[in-house]
Amino acid sequence: MIATIDIEFTVNGKPVRISVPPRMTLVDCLRDMLGLTGSHIGCEHGVCGACSVMLDRVPIRSCLMFAVQADGAAVTTVEGLEGPDGKLSPLQEAFWDCHAMQCGYCTPGMLVAAQGLLDENPTPTSAEIREAISSNLCRCTGYQQIVEAIQLAAQRMNEGVDHA
Amino acid sequence: MPDDRPAASNYRYISQPRRTKEDKRFITGRGAFVQDVQLAHTKHIALVASPYPRANILSIDTSAALAMDGVLDVITGAELTEHTDRLYHGVDLPNVRWHPLAVDMTRYAGEWVAAVIADSRYIAEDAAELVAVEYEPLDAAIGIERVMEPDAPLVHPDHGSNILLKKKFVWGAVDDDFAAAEHTISYRARWGRSSAVPIETFGVITRWSEKDEVLEVWASIQMPQYQEQIADALRIPLNAVRVHNYIDVGGSYGVKRGIKQTVLSGYAARKLGCPVRLIEDRIDNMSGGDAHGPDRLFDVTLAYNGDGLIRSMKMRVVDDVGAYPGRSIQQLGKPISALCGPYRMSSIEYDVTSVTSNKTSQVAVRGFGQAPTNFALETGVEKIARRLGLDRTEIRRRNFIRHDEFPWKIPSGTAYDSGDYHTVLDKAMRFAGWDALIAQRDAARAEGRLVGLGIATCLEPGGGNNIFEHLLNEKIQITTFVESALLKIDGQGQVTVAISTHTAGQGHQTLAATVAGEELERDPDGIRVVHLDSLEALPTRGPVASRMAIMLGSAVSKAARRLRNRMIHIAAHDLAVADTEVEYADGEFTVRGDPARKRSWLEIVFIAHRQLHRMPPDTEPGLQTIEVHAVPGGGKLPNEKGEVQIYPCFSFQAHIPLVEIDRVTGQVEILDYAVAHDCGTVINPKIVRGMMMGGIGHGIGAALYEKFDYTEDGQLLSGTFLDYLLPSAHEIPDIRDTEHCTPSPLTSHGQKGSGEGGYLGAPAALASAVNDALEPLDISLTELPMRLADIEAALHTHANPVPETAP
Ligand code: FES
Ligand code: FES
Repeated sequence: MIATIDIEFTVNGKPVRISVPPRMTLVDCLRDMLGLTGSHIGCEHGVCGACSVMLDRVPIRSCLMFAVQADGAAVTTVEGLEGPDGKLSPLQEAFWDCHAMQCGYCTPGMLVAAQGLLDENPTPTSAEIREAISSNLCRCTGYQQIVEAIQLAAQRMNEGVDHA
Repeated sequence: MPDDRPAASNYRYISQPRRTKEDKRFITGRGAFVQDVQLAHTKHIALVASPYPRANILSIDTSAALAMDGVLDVITGAELTEHTDRLYHGVDLPNVRWHPLAVDMTRYAGEWVAAVIADSRYIAEDAAELVAVEYEPLDAAIGIERVMEPDAPLVHPDHGSNILLKKKFVWGAVDDDFAAAEHTISYRARWGRSSAVPIETFGVITRWSEKDEVLEVWASIQMPQYQEQIADALRIPLNAVRVHNYIDVGGSYGVKRGIKQTVLSGYAARKLGCPVRLIEDRIDNMSGGDAHGPDRLFDVTLAYNGDGLIRSMKMRVVDDVGAYPGRSIQQLGKPISALCGPYRMSSIEYDVTSVTSNKTSQVAVRGFGQAPTNFALETGVEKIARRLGLDRTEIRRRNFIRHDEFPWKIPSGTAYDSGDYHTVLDKAMRFAGWDALIAQRDAARAEGRLVGLGIATCLEPGGGNNIFEHLLNEKIQITTFVESALLKIDGQGQVTVAISTHTAGQGHQTLAATVAGEELERDPDGIRVVHLDSLEALPTRGPVASRMAIMLGSAVSKAARRLRNRMIHIAAHDLAVADTEVEYADGEFTVRGDPARKRSWLEIVFIAHRQLHRMPPDTEPGLQTIEVHAVPGGGKLPNEKGEVQIYPCFSFQAHIPLVEIDRVTGQVEILDYAVAHDCGTVINPKIVRGMMMGGIGHGIGAALYEKFDYTEDGQLLSGTFLDYLLPSAHEIPDIRDTEHCTPSPLTSHGQKGSGEGGYLGAPAALASAVNDALEPLDISLTELPMRLADIEAALHTHANPVPETAP
């Protein structure tokens, strides 16, 4: 058997201690060992963004990283976007309102990319939104309703409107 | 203009911009995709793929792989062939044998030769590298015209030729029409090998249940005859296959066929007595999976008059289906339903050839062959306009079928249900700001920039009976594709709709709940929609051919109306009046003109479920019903002239993109994109808009970026996302959309199909825009995709790169 390595990190705010094979990718660890199946796998070569998660608040490709490299980090996945009471985030609400998805496969990664943008830039232009999410592929939507959803979320957050 | 969506205001839920039922699970990461299924003791498959496009397999040594810790088995084609039957093709090809793993010979680079089964995918992949295959490489058959040459290497030597199918159809007096026409024009158009390419690859998990003697299947699937074909190949009865249709499919757009993968996994699961999981990685998927789409060469001749009226068309098509055709040959058949598009031609000759090559196999792609056909047709319309100096929109207007002429029968015998093409085109042009766009283009041209305005229209056949299959294979005598709904109102008065198919993002739960809610006047949010597994399921052909609004929508509507009438009947009996005396509204059953005499929804539910003594004597207890809906207007095989009604409903779109081409690099930038669509009554506007937008995005890819490129000796050059370029949010611009509603007379609420139109129109529209931009240089391109390098090459071979005015 291949030796495993002990790591400690937080996932969606909860501390995790786990023993992983050194070559296991972060996305496989999240999905197969921690049961967080919201992060998806589309290419495993860093292009599609379906596996996007936040590592210390920055969106990264969890298919391009080994789980052991997350030792000591704070990981947020799509499952961590909801409030602790299960309340949807403004971005999630806006994705639902605008139907910013069809099959939903790219959606978790798209939400992570969009959240990363809004954390940095709460008033993005449509060109800035396109720039930010061009890291993530969606085959269903043609991106139109995704762009509209991110605009709506930004607008609501800036107005302080609660749409739950 | 009158209000174009009068129907919307008449409905409570239909056509209202309501949230969908599906989205919540996706935004919270709770979708149930096949990769999310966790079964105890699951084993994992990794595939060994051939590096050669055509080679004899001399030997396979599995001993080193089998010796690895954690490896259970290595399955080869020889073993599999002994225990499973060959896979099915859409036409009769007894000597074209197709199995999940190559047998004796490999026929494309990437073809799966062996499957390793191990405790984890990591171990399986390690072991796959230890499988030693000895090959004798052979020359490959590559190139759509080359493969037809007499000395070309044979992909299937037993078949004796690389031509799999050749057929010619003549509908109407083609020769007379050609003789009578004032002009003819001939041209060649080429549709490159691109595809649907969902972000989720195909995956399947199977488990053989000894207890029930049933093969359980969880799969990322979109395939009408899936369970039948698995059962046949595995030599088990159909009622020993249980496909779990609740699995969310991460996009398909036609391609997720999954037959060979499921047969392989199912065989292994039964043999090994544990669940076996085959999840394609991206490279498995793009070189060896259900990956590639049509790859077509068109030679078209149009006969037309000086006023631009097209009288007749001769269309010759060659389609390269790759190594194993499966059902893909039939993608030459479906376009027969709308060969002449929205135009009034009186005769058509259609000459089809399907060839095999040493490329990855072709599968169904969005539109089932219609997008290439529409591109070929629209290319000709534009060419005639240029020759005659006629405005490109005017030539279309002159040829369009008029609103008052429906139902309109095209030469191949299919009647279009309804349409208003002139109005939709006018609307698209007004909405786009056609005159302003022309002015913008001309101003840019005056500055020496290459700016072009495109226009294309398309018809979207929807509803999917597969009668066209008979035209290509007389043994197939299918005359309908059914779809079913089971509706029940339970003892608490809650409504549940059970549907019999999987879903891949088209929003079938929303569709079924919206229609049921409309008919029963119950809030769709409270209606549950479940996916029956294939053993529980009612007759179904599933979500293909833009058909679920038409078929499932109509089935749910009929079932709900029946239950509503049954409730009225129970209320009338309880109130001691005739059925016609009872009105249903807002959950109450009231005697007409006597509002005090009424029964509530819950009272009728209680009577139906529990109070036999208050039930009308002729009525079944409970509140449940099944509707099996046949495709409207189908039901007949072609007549002796080959004329037949293929699809029932025909949606229409007009696309207007404005593009600019970089003179140096050839890069196309889409400056503006406007579209008008008419798919009859819209059930959920957000879903319909999304599918159209997604279709346009897909079409932009096919037109400008995507191609499975091969070297001359048969190596795939674009088998990853690094070299097969899916458009991102950078390449797809903001798209402006408007709509129109010409209801279909054939469906419950006037709805038509909407899943394909964006993809059918966009490639032709972009080709039109690019050619308009290149017109001042007298360059005309008729090959898709028109990639940066293709356009750059055309610009550089052009004799006079200095800007000039149009001739
Ligand atoms: S799966 Fe990680 S980028 Fe595609
Ligand atoms: S919603 Fe299907 S890939 Fe984006």
